[in-house]
Amino acid sequence: MSVIIPYIDKPNPVTGVTNAKLGIWLFLASEVMLFGALFSTLIILRSSATDWPAHGSDVLNVPLATLNTVFLITSSVTIVLSWASLKMKNLMKFKLHMGLTVLLSFGFLIIKYFEYSSKFHHEHYPSTSTFYAVYFTMTGLHGLHVIGGIITNLYLMGPGSKMWKTEPERFTGRIECAGLYWHFVDLVWIFLFPALYLL
Amino acid sequence: MEHPHYGFWLPPNISTNGAEIDNLISVLHWFMAVLFVGWAVYLVYCLVRFRERPGHEADISGSAHFSLPKYVEIGIIIFEAISLIFFSFPIWSKVKKDFPNEAEALVVRVTAEQFAWTVHYAGKDGKFGQLKIELIDGTNPVGLDREDPNGKDDILSPNTLNIPVNKPIIAKLASKDVIHNFFLPVMRVKQDIIPGMTVPVWFQATQTGKFEIGCAQLCGVGHTQMRGFFNVMSQEEFEAWYQEEEKSLLASSTEPISGKTLKIAKIQTIKESK
Amino acid sequence: MSQDTHNHSHGHDHSHSVGHELPFWRKYIFSTDHKVIGLQYGITAVFFLLFGFGLMLLMRWQLAFPKQAIPLIGKLFTEDGVLSPELYNQFGAMHGTIMVFLGVVPLGVGAFGNYLLPLQVGAQDMAFPKLNLLSYWVYFIGGVIMLASFFSPNGAAASGWTSYPPLSVVADNGQTFWLIGMVFLITSSLLGSVNTIVTAIQLRVKGLSFMRWPVLVWAQVVTAFLLLLAFPPLEAAGVLQLMDRLAGTSFFLPSGLVVSGEALKVSGGGNPILWQHLFWFLAHPEVYVLILPAVGIVGEIIAVNTKKPLYGYKTLIYSIIFLGFMSFIVWAHHMFMTGMGVTMSTFFQATTMIISVPSIIILTTYLLTLWGSSIRYTVPMLFAIAFLPMFAIGGLTGLPLGLTASDIHLHDTYYVIGHFHYVVAPGSLFALMAGVYHWYPKITGRFMSDTLGKIHFWLSVVAINGVFMPMFFMGMAGVSRRLYDQTIYAHGAAAQPLNVFMSYCAWALAVAQLPFLYNMATSWKWGKKIESNNPWGGTTLEWATASPPPHENFTTPVEVFRGPYEYSSNKKPLPQFVQEA
Repeated sequence: MSVIIPYIDKPNPVTGVTNAKLGIWLFLASEVMLFGALFSTLIILRSSATDWPAHGSDVLNVPLATLNTVFLITSSVTIVLSWASLKMKNLMKFKLHMGLTVLLSFGFLIIKYFEYSSKFHHEHYPSTSTFYAVYFTMTGLHGLHVIGGIITNLYLMGPGSKMWKTEPERFTGRIECAGLYWHFVDLVWIFLFPALYLL
Repeated sequence: MEHPHYGFWLPPNISTNGAEIDNLISVLHWFMAVLFVGWAVYLVYCLVRFRERPGHEADISGSAHFSLPKYVEIGIIIFEAISLIFFSFPIWSKVKKDFPNEAEALVVRVTAEQFAWTVHYAGKDGKFGQLKIELIDGTNPVGLDREDPNGKDDILSPNTLNIPVNKPIIAKLASKDVIHNFFLPVMRVKQDIIPGMTVPVWFQATQTGKFEIGCAQLCGVGHTQMRGFFNVMSQEEFEAWYQEEEKSLLASSTEPISGKTLKIAKIQTIKESK
Repeated sequence: MSQDTHNHSHGHDHSHSVGHELPFWRKYIFSTDHKVIGLQYGITAVFFLLFGFGLMLLMRWQLAFPKQAIPLIGKLFTEDGVLSPELYNQFGAMHGTIMVFLGVVPLGVGAFGNYLLPLQVGAQDMAFPKLNLLSYWVYFIGGVIMLASFFSPNGAAASGWTSYPPLSVVADNGQTFWLIGMVFLITSSLLGSVNTIVTAIQLRVKGLSFMRWPVLVWAQVVTAFLLLLAFPPLEAAGVLQLMDRLAGTSFFLPSGLVVSGEALKVSGGGNPILWQHLFWFLAHPEVYVLILPAVGIVGEIIAVNTKKPLYGYKTLIYSIIFLGFMSFIVWAHHMFMTGMGVTMSTFFQATTMIISVPSIIILTTYLLTLWGSSIRYTVPMLFAIAFLPMFAIGGLTGLPLGLTASDIHLHDTYYVIGHFHYVVAPGSLFALMAGVYHWYPKITGRFMSDTLGKIHFWLSVVAINGVFMPMFFMGMAGVSRRLYDQTIYAHGAAAQPLNVFMSYCAWALAVAQLPFLYNMATSWKWGKKIESNNPWGGTTLEWATASPPPHENFTTPVEVFRGPYEYSSNKKPLPQFVQEA
C-alpha cells in the first residue's frame, strides 16, 4: 500500500484550502516578519540618528525606480492572467502570460543592475553610510526574492508544466501559490519604494 | 582587600538603595519557598497516596472540583501585582530616574574599554575637559584634551573609583569599544554600558571600605580580568587623595606632553599574563 | 474518491508507492518517511547534545580548578593543558548555541514532532514529505558549519550564544561561521514549522476536531507558530550582522568606536541595542519553543500513567495558546540593564508577570491530574513527575529576574544560568528523556530496560540538582556569568567551593547518562519484546497502529470518536480510535 497525502489538489472541505495554499500563506507570514524586522531596523536607525546621512529622493534615481514599480505591478497582473488562463484550460495562453511575467521581472533586475552599478561607479557602497547600508541590504534581499521568483516561474513555465497533462488541478494550484508569492514580492517593493526612494 | 562577609548569599550592602532591593529579593524568595513547599508537599502526598496498588483504582469521573488552586492562582496574581506596584516600580524609579541634584553630588565619568576602567574626575573647577577621539593613546585612554581650560585640572584614575562616604555619586558611563557592564556588588549597582551612549547611574555609600568593580557583560577574552577597585573613603581621606592627585598633576604640567601624569597600567591582559 | 486516490498516488513521489524496494540510501539516508526523518533528527540531536555537554564538562574543570591543566586530555586543546580564555569563551558560546539550536529544539520539535505528530493526527506522512527531507538536511549542514568553525584559523564564535555586537562584529572569523550556520538552522526551522502546521491542520482524520487534538499536537503547533514568526527577525538580524562583518556596514556600530587603541574605520551611525531587540524577539519565544514540546510530552505520559483523564484539558490548551501569544511581547525583559526608560520597563515587567499565569496553570492542571489517580511508576512517568518540581523551580526563579528592581543585582549572574537551566535541563531534557522511554516501544517494538532506566533516573535527578541548585546561591553572592576565573574577585573566591561542588556533580551527571545511552543502543536489538501494539494503554492515535508502524502508518482507515483522554464507566481507557460498542 502506498502513502496517501490528501488535499494535494482539492481543498480540504473543513479548512477550504489545499495543503500547498495553507503552506504558502504560512511561508508568507514568516516573510512578513523577515521584512518587518528590516523595516523596523530602518525606522529605528533613522529615528535615532541625529543626522540621517542621505535622503533617497536626493541620491537615488527615482524615475528608474518608478519604472521598476510599474514593471512589478504589471507582472503581478500578468501572473494573475496566467493563472486565469489555466482556469480556462488554455495552456498556451498561460505560457504567454507567464513568459511576460518573467520578462518583466528580468526588466526589473536589469534596471536594478544599472542602479547598482551607477552607485558603485560613484563609489557609494554599503559601507559608505547607514543609508546606503539599508538601501543595499533591503533592495538586495528583495532582489534575491525576485531571482527566486524568476527561477520558480521559469520552472513552472518549462519542465514543470508537464504536470498540466497529468494533474491539471494540482498544477493550477501551484501557479496560484507562485502568484501569491509574486504578489508578496511586489508588495514588499511597494513598501520599499517610498521608504527608500521618496522619504 | 578580602572582605570577611562574602559568602554564599548576598554580599554586604553599603548602599542607600541596596536595602530596598535586598528586601524585595528576600520577600520574593520567601514567597517562592512557601509556594514551592506547598506544591512539593501536595506532590509527595499524591505520589504516595495514589500509587498503583491492588485494590486501588483511579477515580475517572473527573468531576472532582477543586477550588483551592483557584485561590492559589488569584493569590499569586495579587502578590505579583503588589510586588510590581509597591516594590519594583518605586525602587526602579528611585534608582534609575530620581537622580540627585548634580550640584550636591560628586559627578564622575567612567569609561570602559577592553579590559580596563578609567575614572575621570572633573577637578576643582567641577567641569570636565573635552574628550577628543584623536587624542586617545596609551597614556590618555579617554582622549582628554589638556589644552581645554576645563580639562587642565581633570584627574584620570585608572581602574580605581574612589568616592567619599555619605555623598551621592553620579557616574556617567561610556564605553570605547564593546558593551560592558558596570557592576558594584556591594552597592547593588549594575548597568550596561552601551557604546555610543552615555548612561548615568547614581548611588550613595553608607560605609567606608575597599571593594571591587566588576564587568558583568561578556566583553572579550579578558572579560574576567576587567576588575577595578572601588574604595569608599571618609570625606577627609577622599579630599586628601584628591589634593594629592591634583598636586602631582601640577608637578607634571611642566612636561611638554599633553598627556596626563597618572600612569595607565593597562590591567594585565591575558596575553601578558601568559 | 477512487479518481482522487489515483491522482494522489500518481502525482506523488514514487518512493512512496514502492517503499519496500528502495535502496538503502533512499530508505534511511534521503528518506521522505517522517518516521525515518524523525529518527535522523533524534540521533543527530543526541549527538549534538552530548557534544555540547562535553564542552561544558571541560569548562567545568577550569571553573573548579582555575588555571590547572585538564588531566589526561588537556594537551589535546592547548600546549600546557590549561583551557585558555580564548577556548573558554568559544566553548561557552558554542555550548549555548549547540544545546539550544542543535540539541533541544531538533530533539523536541524535529524528532518528536516529526515522528509523533502525523501519527497522532492519523496522517500517513507529513503534508510535504520532500520539504521534510530538505529541513533535516539543511539542519544537518547548519550543524556541520557550526562544528567546522572550531577548525577555522581562530576557532569558533566566542561572543556568547547571544552574539552581542559590537563585540561579535569585531570578533574573529568563527563568528561568520556562526552566522552562516544560524541562517541554515533558521531556514530549516521555517520549513519544518510550515510542514508541522499544515500537517496538523489539513491531514487530521475524520472526527479529529481541534479540541480533540492530544496535548502534544497542540504544543507542537503552537511551537511551530512561534518558530515561524519569531525566527525571521533573527534571520534579518543575522544578515545585518553578516553585512557589518563582511561588507563593512554599521548597522550595529555607533560612531566613534576605538578598539584596542585604534579608531574603527566604519561609517558609524548604527545602534548596538537594535541587535538585542531583534535577537530577543526571537530568543524569548525560543524559550517556549524549548519548553512547550516538553510540556506536551509530559502531558501525554501523565495522562497514560495516571489512568484517568487529564484534568482541565481545555484550560490547559488555552493556557498553551495564551503562553505562545504572550511570549512575543516580553522580550525586552532580557534587556532591563541596557538603560531603558521607565515606561518601557514598566510595560515589559507587567507582561512578564502576566506570562507567569498560564505557566502556573499548566503546572496546576498536571498536579491536579495526579489527585485521585492510580500512578503507575514506569520510568517515563518518573521523569515526567520529576519534570514538575524542576519546571516549578525554573519558573519561580524567573520572578526575581522579571522584576527590574531585584534584577539589578541578579542580572547576568549565575542566578540567571540556574533559572533557565532548571527550565531546559531538568525541565525540557527530562521530559524528552521521558519521551524516549515512553515511545521507544512504539518506535522499535521493544521496551528499554527498566532497571537501567531507574538507575539513570535516580542518578540524574540527584546530580542535576547538584549542578544547578548552587547556581542560585552563587548568583546571590553576585558572581557574574561567563567568567573565566571568578576567584579573581573577592566575592567570587568566597563562592568558589560551590563551583567545585557543581563540577563534581556535572561529571557525575555525565556518568549517569551512560546507562541511558547503553540502554538506548542495546534495547533496539535485545530489549524485551512488546506483547501488544499498545503496551502502556495509550488512548491517542499513535497507538492505533502496529509498533513499529508500517511505512504508511495506518494500514486500515482510522477514525476518531472522542477526545484524547477518555475512560469508560468501568475505568478502562477508551482510545480515541475505538468505536464504543
